Amino acid sequence: MDRPPVSRGFKSKRQAPEAVRLPPGQYLTTDFPVLSAGPTPDIRVADWKIALQLGGSLLGKWTWDEFEALPQTTITVDIHCVTKWTKLSTVWQGVSFDDLLKVVGLSEPPDAYVMAHCDGGYTTNLPVADLVAGKAMIATRYEGLPLAPAHGGPARLLVPHLYFWKSAKWLRRLRFMPKDEPGFWESRGYHNYGDPWREQRYDGD
Amino acid sequence: MTETDAPLQQPRIAWQTGRVQAIVAETSRVKSIILQPANWSGHWPGQHVDIRLTADDGYQAERSYSIASPPEEKLLTLTVERVEDGEVSSYLLDELRVGDALEFRGPIGRHFIWSQTRGGPICLVAGGTGITPLMAMLRHRRRSPAPIPASLIYSARSLAEIVYRDELDTMARGDRDLRLVYALTREHPSDWNGHRGRVNEALLAESSFRREQNPIFFICGPTGFVEGVSSMLVKLGFDPLAIRTERFGPTGA
Repeated sequence: MDRPPVSRGFKSKRQAPEAVRLPPGQYLTTDFPVLSAGPTPDIRVADWKIALQLGGSLLGKWTWDEFEALPQTTITVDIHCVTKWTKLSTVWQGVSFDDLLKVVGLSEPPDAYVMAHCDGGYTTNLPVADLVAGKAMIATRYEGLPLAPAHGGPARLLVPHLYFWKSAKWLRRLRFMPKDEPGFWESRGYHNYGDPWREQRYDGD
Repeated sequence: MTETDAPLQQPRIAWQTGRVQAIVAETSRVKSIILQPANWSGHWPGQHVDIRLTADDGYQAERSYSIASPPEEKLLTLTVERVEDGEVSSYLLDELRVGDALEFRGPIGRHFIWSQTRGGPICLVAGGTGITPLMAMLRHRRRSPAPIPASLIYSARSLAEIVYRDELDTMARGDRDLRLVYALTREHPSDWNGHRGRVNEALLAESSFRREQNPIFFICGPTGFVEGVSSMLVKLGFDPLAIRTERFGPTGA
Protein backbone atom coordinates (compact mmCIF):
# COMPACT_ATOMS: atom_id res chain seq x y z
CA MET A 1 0.00 0.00 0.00
CA ASP A 2 1.17 3.54 -0.75
CA ARG A 3 2.47 5.56 2.17
CA PRO A 4 0.04 8.35 3.03
CA PRO A 5 1.27 11.82 2.03
CA VAL A 6 2.80 13.92 4.80
CA SER A 7 0.55 16.86 5.73
CA ARG A 8 2.77 19.92 5.36
CA GLY A 9 3.25 21.60 8.74
CA PHE A 10 1.41 18.95 10.79
CA LYS A 11 3.35 18.24 13.98
CA SER A 12 3.49 14.84 15.62
CA LYS A 13 1.85 14.48 19.01
CA ARG A 14 2.94 10.88 19.42
CA GLN A 15 2.41 9.97 23.01
CA ALA A 16 3.57 7.10 25.16
CA PRO A 17 2.69 4.80 26.82
CA GLU A 18 -1.09 5.29 26.36
CA ALA A 19 -0.58 5.35 22.60
CA VAL A 20 0.09 1.61 22.76
CA ARG A 21 -3.52 1.16 23.85
CA LEU A 22 -4.83 3.40 21.08
CA PRO A 23 -6.17 1.62 17.97
CA PRO A 24 -5.30 3.19 14.58
CA GLY A 25 -7.00 6.51 13.86
CA GLN A 26 -8.25 6.94 17.43
CA TYR A 27 -7.47 9.74 19.91
CA LEU A 28 -7.71 9.77 23.68
CA THR A 29 -10.50 11.53 25.49
CA THR A 30 -11.10 11.83 29.21
CA ASP A 31 -14.64 12.98 28.52
CA PHE A 32 -17.53 10.62 27.71
CA PRO A 33 -19.16 11.83 24.48
CA VAL A 34 -22.74 10.83 23.65
CA LEU A 35 -23.68 9.58 20.18
CA SER A 36 -27.12 8.24 19.32
CA ALA A 37 -29.26 8.08 16.21
CA GLY A 38 -32.26 9.76 17.85
CA PRO A 39 -33.69 11.10 21.11
CA THR A 40 -32.73 9.56 24.45
CA PRO A 41 -35.76 7.49 25.55
CA ASP A 42 -37.32 8.03 28.96
CA ILE A 43 -37.27 4.53 30.47
CA ARG A 44 -38.57 3.79 33.96
CA VAL A 45 -37.08 0.72 35.61
CA ALA A 46 -40.56 -0.15 36.97
CA ASP A 47 -41.69 -0.80 33.36
CA TRP A 48 -38.40 -2.22 32.18
CA LYS A 49 -37.95 -5.85 31.14
CA ILE A 50 -35.18 -7.59 29.30
CA ALA A 51 -35.52 -10.80 27.31
CA LEU A 52 -33.31 -13.50 25.84
CA GLN A 53 -34.81 -15.10 22.75
CA LEU A 54 -34.09 -18.00 20.43
CA GLY A 55 -35.83 -17.23 17.14
CA GLY A 56 -39.41 -16.61 18.23
CA SER A 57 -39.25 -18.41 21.56
CA LEU A 58 -38.38 -16.99 24.93
CA LEU A 59 -35.37 -18.34 26.81
CA GLY A 60 -35.63 -15.94 29.72
CA LYS A 61 -37.20 -12.65 30.77
CA TRP A 62 -36.32 -10.45 33.72
CA THR A 63 -37.80 -7.43 35.44
CA TRP A 64 -35.41 -4.82 36.77
CA ASP A 65 -35.37 -6.34 40.28
CA GLU A 66 -34.91 -9.85 38.92
CA PHE A 67 -32.09 -8.68 36.69
CA GLU A 68 -30.39 -6.86 39.54
CA ALA A 69 -30.48 -10.10 41.56
CA LEU A 70 -28.44 -12.00 38.94
CA PRO A 71 -24.70 -12.56 39.52
CA GLN A 72 -22.81 -9.31 39.02
CA THR A 73 -19.50 -8.79 37.26
CA THR A 74 -17.28 -5.70 37.29
CA ILE A 75 -14.78 -5.05 34.51
CA THR A 76 -12.30 -2.30 33.65
CA VAL A 77 -11.87 -1.83 29.90
CA ASP A 78 -10.87 0.63 27.20
CA ILE A 79 -13.70 1.70 24.89
CA HIS A 80 -13.37 2.85 21.27
CA CYS A 81 -16.00 4.85 19.38
CA VAL A 82 -16.07 4.76 15.58
CA THR A 83 -16.20 8.59 15.67
CA LYS A 84 -12.52 8.33 16.74
CA TRP A 85 -12.47 8.78 20.50
CA THR A 86 -11.03 6.20 22.87
CA LYS A 87 -11.52 6.26 26.60
CA LEU A 88 -9.16 4.23 28.76
CA SER A 89 -9.90 2.20 31.90
CA THR A 90 -13.66 2.60 32.16
CA VAL A 91 -15.35 0.61 34.93
CA TRP A 92 -18.61 -1.21 34.27
CA GLN A 93 -20.83 -3.47 36.34
CA GLY A 94 -23.57 -5.76 35.14
CA VAL A 95 -24.46 -9.31 34.19
CA SER A 96 -22.03 -11.13 31.93
CA PHE A 97 -23.36 -12.84 28.83
CA ASP A 98 -21.86 -16.10 30.18
CA ASP A 99 -23.89 -15.79 33.39
CA LEU A 100 -27.04 -15.02 31.43
CA LEU A 101 -26.61 -18.28 29.48
CA LYS A 102 -26.04 -20.21 32.72
CA VAL A 103 -29.11 -18.70 34.34
CA VAL A 104 -31.34 -19.95 31.51
CA GLY A 105 -29.70 -23.39 31.70
CA LEU A 106 -27.67 -23.28 28.50
CA SER A 107 -24.24 -24.91 28.57
CA GLU A 108 -23.46 -23.45 25.16
CA PRO A 109 -25.02 -20.84 22.88
CA PRO A 110 -27.80 -22.27 20.66
CA ASP A 111 -26.93 -20.20 17.56
CA ALA A 112 -23.89 -18.51 16.10
CA TYR A 113 -25.22 -14.91 15.96
CA VAL A 114 -27.14 -12.50 18.14
CA MET A 115 -29.22 -9.45 17.28
CA ALA A 116 -29.51 -6.87 20.05
CA HIS A 117 -32.83 -4.98 20.03
CA CYS A 118 -33.23 -1.68 21.81
CA ASP A 119 -35.75 0.98 22.70
CA GLY A 120 -36.18 3.35 19.77
CA GLY A 121 -35.82 0.56 17.20
CA TYR A 122 -32.04 0.43 17.23
CA THR A 123 -30.46 -2.95 16.53
CA THR A 124 -26.94 -4.32 16.23
CA ASN A 125 -25.66 -7.75 15.19
CA LEU A 126 -22.83 -9.73 16.77
CA PRO A 127 -21.24 -13.14 16.44
CA VAL A 128 -21.87 -15.12 19.63
CA ALA A 129 -18.14 -15.84 19.81
CA ASP A 130 -17.68 -12.13 20.61
CA LEU A 131 -20.06 -12.27 23.56
CA VAL A 132 -18.90 -15.41 25.43
CA ALA A 133 -15.84 -16.13 27.59
CA GLY A 134 -16.02 -12.87 29.50
CA LYS A 135 -16.07 -10.71 26.37
CA ALA A 136 -19.45 -9.02 26.94
CA MET A 137 -21.99 -8.02 29.54
CA ILE A 138 -25.26 -6.21 29.99
CA ALA A 139 -24.09 -3.21 31.95
CA THR A 140 -26.23 -1.34 34.43
CA ARG A 141 -23.57 0.67 36.25
CA TYR A 142 -20.79 2.93 35.05
CA GLU A 143 -18.02 3.98 37.43
CA GLY A 144 -20.11 2.65 40.33
CA LEU A 145 -23.25 4.65 39.52
CA PRO A 146 -26.49 3.72 37.73
CA LEU A 147 -25.97 4.14 33.99
CA ALA A 148 -27.23 7.56 32.83
CA PRO A 149 -30.01 7.57 30.18
CA ALA A 150 -27.84 9.39 27.61
CA HIS A 151 -25.24 6.64 27.98
CA GLY A 152 -27.77 3.86 27.50
CA GLY A 153 -29.32 3.48 30.95
CA PRO A 154 -30.90 1.64 32.54
CA ALA A 155 -29.04 -1.14 30.68
CA ARG A 156 -26.77 -1.35 27.65
CA LEU A 157 -24.83 -4.08 25.99
CA LEU A 158 -21.08 -3.79 26.53
CA VAL A 159 -18.77 -5.41 23.98
CA PRO A 160 -15.65 -3.33 24.55
CA HIS A 161 -13.32 -5.04 22.07
CA LEU A 162 -15.50 -3.84 19.16
CA TYR A 163 -16.36 -0.26 18.16
CA PHE A 164 -18.77 1.14 20.69
CA TRP A 165 -21.89 1.24 18.47
CA LYS A 166 -21.95 -2.54 19.01
CA SER A 167 -22.44 -1.82 22.73
CA ALA A 168 -26.08 -1.00 22.10
CA LYS A 169 -27.81 1.48 24.42
CA TRP A 170 -31.26 0.92 25.99
CA LEU A 171 -31.06 -2.83 25.44
CA ARG A 172 -34.36 -4.73 25.71
CA ARG A 173 -33.84 -8.02 23.91
CA LEU A 174 -31.06 -10.33 22.74
CA ARG A 175 -32.15 -12.69 20.01
CA PHE A 176 -30.13 -15.67 18.87
CA MET A 177 -30.17 -16.22 15.13
CA PRO A 178 -28.63 -18.93 12.95
CA LYS A 179 -27.44 -16.53 10.23
CA ASP A 180 -25.86 -13.12 10.43
CA GLU A 181 -28.05 -10.12 9.57
CA PRO A 182 -27.01 -6.47 9.58
CA GLY A 183 -28.32 -4.22 12.35
CA PHE A 184 -29.07 -0.48 12.28
CA TRP A 185 -25.68 1.12 11.60
CA GLU A 186 -24.49 -2.01 9.82
CA SER A 187 -27.10 -1.36 7.13
CA ARG A 188 -26.26 2.35 7.02
CA GLY A 189 -22.68 2.27 5.85
CA TYR A 190 -20.86 0.97 8.93
CA HIS A 191 -18.78 -2.18 9.09
CA ASN A 192 -20.52 -5.46 9.86
CA TYR A 193 -18.00 -6.55 12.51
CA GLY A 194 -16.24 -3.38 13.73
CA ASP A 195 -12.81 -4.37 15.07
CA PRO A 196 -11.06 -1.13 16.11
CA TRP A 197 -7.59 -2.71 15.87
CA ARG A 198 -8.20 -3.46 12.18
CA GLU A 199 -9.92 -0.08 11.76
CA GLN A 200 -13.14 -1.67 10.48
CA ARG A 201 -15.18 1.54 10.60
CA TYR A 202 -17.18 1.47 7.40
CA ASP A 203 -18.49 -1.01 4.85
CA GLY A 204 -15.61 -2.55 2.99
CA ASP A 205 -12.88 -1.63 5.55
CA MET B 1 -31.29 3.83 -3.06
CA THR B 2 -32.93 3.25 0.29
CA GLU B 3 -30.95 3.07 3.46
CA THR B 4 -31.51 -0.61 4.18
CA ASP B 5 -30.91 -2.26 0.84
CA ALA B 6 -27.13 -2.15 0.96
CA PRO B 7 -25.40 -5.47 0.45
CA LEU B 8 -23.11 -6.60 3.28
CA GLN B 9 -19.91 -6.23 1.32
CA GLN B 10 -19.16 -2.88 -0.21
CA PRO B 11 -15.89 -1.71 -1.69
CA ARG B 12 -13.69 0.06 0.81
CA ILE B 13 -14.11 3.82 0.97
CA ALA B 14 -10.59 4.66 -0.11
CA TRP B 15 -8.39 7.45 1.18
CA GLN B 16 -7.80 10.10 -1.45
CA THR B 17 -5.95 13.36 -1.67
CA GLY B 18 -7.93 16.51 -2.26
CA ARG B 19 -6.50 19.87 -3.21
CA VAL B 20 -7.47 22.91 -1.14
CA GLN B 21 -9.08 25.36 -3.60
CA ALA B 22 -10.15 28.05 -1.19
CA ILE B 23 -10.46 28.82 2.50
CA VAL B 24 -13.26 31.10 3.65
CA ALA B 25 -13.36 32.72 7.10
CA GLU B 26 -16.97 32.27 8.23
CA THR B 27 -16.74 33.65 11.77
CA SER B 28 -13.84 34.31 14.17
CA ARG B 29 -13.76 30.63 15.13
CA VAL B 30 -14.97 28.95 11.95
CA LYS B 31 -13.61 28.51 8.44
CA SER B 32 -14.85 26.65 5.40
CA ILE B 33 -12.34 24.62 3.46
CA ILE B 34 -13.18 24.09 -0.17
CA LEU B 35 -11.64 20.97 -1.62
CA GLN B 36 -11.22 19.57 -5.09
CA PRO B 37 -11.58 15.80 -4.62
CA ALA B 38 -9.48 13.47 -6.78
CA ASN B 39 -12.42 11.20 -7.26
CA TRP B 40 -15.96 11.74 -6.06
CA SER B 41 -19.12 9.90 -6.98
CA GLY B 42 -21.48 12.19 -5.10
CA HIS B 43 -22.96 12.26 -1.62
CA TRP B 44 -26.20 12.71 0.28
CA PRO B 45 -26.75 15.96 2.13
CA GLY B 46 -25.90 15.20 5.78
CA GLN B 47 -22.99 12.84 5.12
CA HIS B 48 -19.46 13.39 6.43
CA VAL B 49 -15.88 12.69 5.48
CA ASP B 50 -12.94 11.56 7.56
CA ILE B 51 -9.81 13.68 7.38
CA ARG B 52 -6.40 12.15 8.06
CA LEU B 53 -3.28 14.15 8.86
CA THR B 54 0.16 12.52 8.78
CA ALA B 55 3.29 13.96 10.42
CA ASP B 56 6.78 13.32 9.04
CA ASP B 57 7.41 10.62 11.70
CA GLY B 58 4.32 8.71 10.59
CA TYR B 59 2.09 9.93 13.43
CA GLN B 60 -1.50 10.32 12.26
CA ALA B 61 -4.67 11.97 13.46
CA GLU B 62 -8.16 11.41 12.05
CA ARG B 63 -11.37 13.34 12.58
CA SER B 64 -14.80 13.45 10.95
CA TYR B 65 -16.22 16.61 9.34
CA SER B 66 -19.69 17.11 7.90
CA ILE B 67 -19.99 18.16 4.28
CA ALA B 68 -21.61 21.58 3.90
CA SER B 69 -21.86 21.59 0.10
CA PRO B 70 -24.77 20.03 -1.78
CA PRO B 71 -24.28 17.00 -4.05
CA GLU B 72 -24.83 19.26 -7.07
CA GLU B 73 -21.48 21.00 -6.50
CA LYS B 74 -18.25 19.50 -7.77
CA LEU B 75 -16.13 20.98 -4.98
CA LEU B 76 -16.56 19.76 -1.41
CA THR B 77 -16.99 22.29 1.38
CA LEU B 78 -16.10 21.32 4.95
CA THR B 79 -16.80 23.77 7.73
CA VAL B 80 -14.41 23.56 10.67
CA GLU B 81 -14.73 25.10 14.12
CA ARG B 82 -11.84 25.60 16.49
CA VAL B 83 -11.88 23.00 19.28
CA GLU B 84 -9.87 23.79 22.43
CA ASP B 85 -6.60 21.83 22.19
CA GLY B 86 -7.88 20.25 18.98
CA GLU B 87 -4.83 19.08 17.04
CA VAL B 88 -6.76 18.60 13.80
CA SER B 89 -8.98 21.72 13.94
CA SER B 90 -6.01 23.94 14.84
CA TYR B 91 -4.05 22.52 11.91
CA LEU B 92 -6.95 23.05 9.51
CA LEU B 93 -7.61 26.59 10.74
CA ASP B 94 -4.05 27.87 11.26
CA GLU B 95 -1.72 25.85 9.08
CA LEU B 96 -3.59 24.68 6.01
CA ARG B 97 -3.19 26.87 2.90
CA VAL B 98 -4.78 27.06 -0.52
CA GLY B 99 -2.97 24.60 -2.79
CA ASP B 100 -2.15 22.14 0.00
CA ALA B 101 -3.04 18.48 -0.29
CA LEU B 102 -5.49 17.12 2.25
CA GLU B 103 -6.10 13.42 2.73
CA PHE B 104 -9.69 12.34 3.27
CA ARG B 105 -12.23 9.62 2.55
CA GLY B 106 -15.98 9.54 2.23
CA PRO B 107 -18.85 10.04 1.91
CA ILE B 108 -19.86 8.33 5.15
CA GLY B 109 -23.12 7.65 6.96
CA ARG B 110 -26.63 6.82 5.77
CA HIS B 111 -28.78 7.79 8.73
CA PHE B 112 -28.46 11.54 9.14
CA ILE B 113 -29.22 12.22 5.48
CA TRP B 114 -31.97 13.87 3.50
CA SER B 115 -32.74 14.64 -0.10
CA GLN B 116 -35.74 16.09 -1.92
CA THR B 117 -36.85 12.59 -2.94
CA ARG B 118 -37.33 11.64 0.73
CA GLY B 119 -40.05 14.22 1.15
CA GLY B 120 -40.91 16.18 4.24
CA PRO B 121 -41.66 18.70 5.52
CA ILE B 122 -38.32 18.97 7.23
CA CYS B 123 -37.50 20.80 10.40
CA LEU B 124 -33.80 21.41 10.91
CA VAL B 125 -32.49 22.44 14.31
CA ALA B 126 -28.88 23.57 14.58
CA GLY B 127 -26.75 24.42 17.58
CA GLY B 128 -23.60 26.36 16.60
CA THR B 129 -21.58 24.63 13.88
CA GLY B 130 -24.19 21.85 13.93
CA ILE B 131 -25.54 23.90 11.01
CA THR B 132 -22.97 22.29 8.66
CA PRO B 133 -24.76 19.07 7.55
CA LEU B 134 -28.10 20.93 7.64
CA MET B 135 -26.64 23.55 5.29
CA ALA B 136 -25.92 20.79 2.76
CA MET B 137 -29.62 19.84 2.99
CA LEU B 138 -30.78 23.45 2.52
CA ARG B 139 -28.38 24.09 -0.36
CA HIS B 140 -29.62 20.92 -2.04
CA ARG B 141 -33.25 21.85 -1.38
CA ARG B 142 -32.77 25.31 -2.90
CA ARG B 143 -31.69 23.78 -6.19
CA SER B 144 -34.89 21.84 -6.58
CA PRO B 145 -37.62 23.18 -8.87
CA ALA B 146 -40.21 22.44 -6.17
CA PRO B 147 -38.53 22.77 -2.77
CA ILE B 148 -40.12 20.86 0.08
CA PRO B 149 -41.41 23.01 2.98
CA ALA B 150 -38.67 23.44 5.51
CA SER B 151 -37.86 25.30 8.65
CA LEU B 152 -34.50 26.01 10.21
CA ILE B 153 -34.15 26.88 13.86
CA TYR B 154 -30.57 27.95 14.40
CA SER B 155 -29.19 28.62 17.86
CA ALA B 156 -25.96 30.62 18.18
CA ARG B 157 -24.34 32.62 20.94
CA SER B 158 -24.47 35.90 19.04
CA LEU B 159 -25.21 37.32 15.62
CA ALA B 160 -21.49 37.29 14.82
CA GLU B 161 -21.31 33.55 15.45
CA ILE B 162 -24.00 32.61 12.95
CA VAL B 163 -22.24 30.71 10.17
CA TYR B 164 -23.53 31.26 6.58
CA ARG B 165 -25.78 34.09 7.78
CA ASP B 166 -25.86 36.09 4.54
CA GLU B 167 -26.53 33.01 2.48
CA LEU B 168 -29.29 31.85 4.83
CA ASP B 169 -30.95 35.26 4.84
CA THR B 170 -30.82 35.39 1.05
CA MET B 171 -32.19 31.88 0.84
CA ALA B 172 -35.13 32.67 3.14
CA ARG B 173 -35.99 35.91 1.37
CA GLY B 174 -38.15 35.03 -1.59
CA ASP B 175 -38.83 31.47 -0.42
CA ARG B 176 -42.22 31.21 1.26
CA ASP B 177 -41.67 27.57 2.03
CA LEU B 178 -38.55 28.17 4.07
CA ARG B 179 -38.92 29.46 7.58
CA LEU B 180 -35.75 30.74 9.21
CA VAL B 181 -35.52 31.45 12.94
CA TYR B 182 -32.37 32.46 14.78
CA ALA B 183 -32.14 32.02 18.54
CA LEU B 184 -29.37 34.08 20.11
CA THR B 185 -28.39 32.73 23.50
CA ARG B 186 -25.84 35.22 24.84
CA GLU B 187 -25.82 38.53 23.02
CA HIS B 188 -28.33 40.15 20.76
CA PRO B 189 -28.67 43.59 19.19
CA SER B 190 -31.05 45.87 21.11
CA ASP B 191 -33.51 45.83 18.22
CA TRP B 192 -33.32 42.05 17.78
CA ASN B 193 -36.68 40.66 16.78
CA GLY B 194 -35.63 37.02 16.58
CA HIS B 195 -35.72 34.64 19.51
CA ARG B 196 -33.76 35.61 22.63
CA GLY B 197 -32.28 32.87 24.76
CA ARG B 198 -32.13 29.13 24.30
CA VAL B 199 -34.40 27.11 22.08
CA ASN B 200 -37.45 26.16 24.15
CA GLU B 201 -40.65 24.19 23.69
CA ALA B 202 -42.69 27.24 22.71
CA LEU B 203 -40.22 28.17 19.97
CA LEU B 204 -40.12 24.59 18.68
CA ALA B 205 -43.92 24.37 18.67
CA GLU B 206 -44.41 27.62 16.76
CA SER B 207 -41.47 27.27 14.37
CA SER B 208 -41.64 23.64 13.33
CA PHE B 209 -44.69 21.98 11.81
CA ARG B 210 -47.88 20.50 13.14
CA ARG B 211 -47.82 16.86 14.17
CA GLU B 212 -50.34 15.96 11.43
CA GLN B 213 -47.84 17.17 8.83
CA ASN B 214 -45.44 14.43 9.95
CA PRO B 215 -42.28 16.50 9.78
CA ILE B 216 -38.88 14.85 9.72
CA PHE B 217 -36.47 16.41 12.20
CA PHE B 218 -32.73 16.70 11.84
CA ILE B 219 -30.99 18.03 14.93
CA CYS B 220 -27.27 18.66 15.03
CA GLY B 221 -25.17 20.40 17.64
CA PRO B 222 -23.38 19.93 20.94
CA THR B 223 -24.58 17.01 23.06
CA GLY B 224 -26.50 19.06 25.63
CA PHE B 225 -28.29 21.02 22.91
CA VAL B 226 -29.33 17.90 20.97
CA GLU B 227 -30.44 16.08 24.12
CA GLY B 228 -32.54 19.09 25.15
CA VAL B 229 -34.16 19.75 21.78
CA SER B 230 -34.89 16.10 21.01
CA SER B 231 -36.56 15.45 24.36
CA MET B 232 -38.65 18.64 24.00
CA LEU B 233 -39.84 17.42 20.58
CA VAL B 234 -40.80 14.04 22.03
CA LYS B 235 -42.69 15.88 24.79
CA LEU B 236 -44.50 17.95 22.15
CA GLY B 237 -45.78 14.66 20.74
CA PHE B 238 -43.58 14.25 17.66
CA ASP B 239 -42.68 10.70 16.66
CA PRO B 240 -39.25 9.79 18.15
CA LEU B 241 -38.52 7.73 15.03
CA ALA B 242 -38.88 10.86 12.90
CA ILE B 243 -36.20 12.66 14.94
CA ARG B 244 -32.68 12.12 13.66
CA THR B 245 -29.79 13.40 15.67
CA GLU B 246 -26.11 14.03 15.38
CA ARG B 247 -24.22 15.06 18.51
CA PHE B 248 -20.71 16.35 18.91
CA GLY B 249 -18.42 17.66 21.58
CA PRO B 250 -17.97 16.96 25.28
CA THR B 251 -20.77 16.04 27.63
CA GLY B 252 -19.46 17.68 30.74
CA ALA B 253 -20.38 14.43 32.48
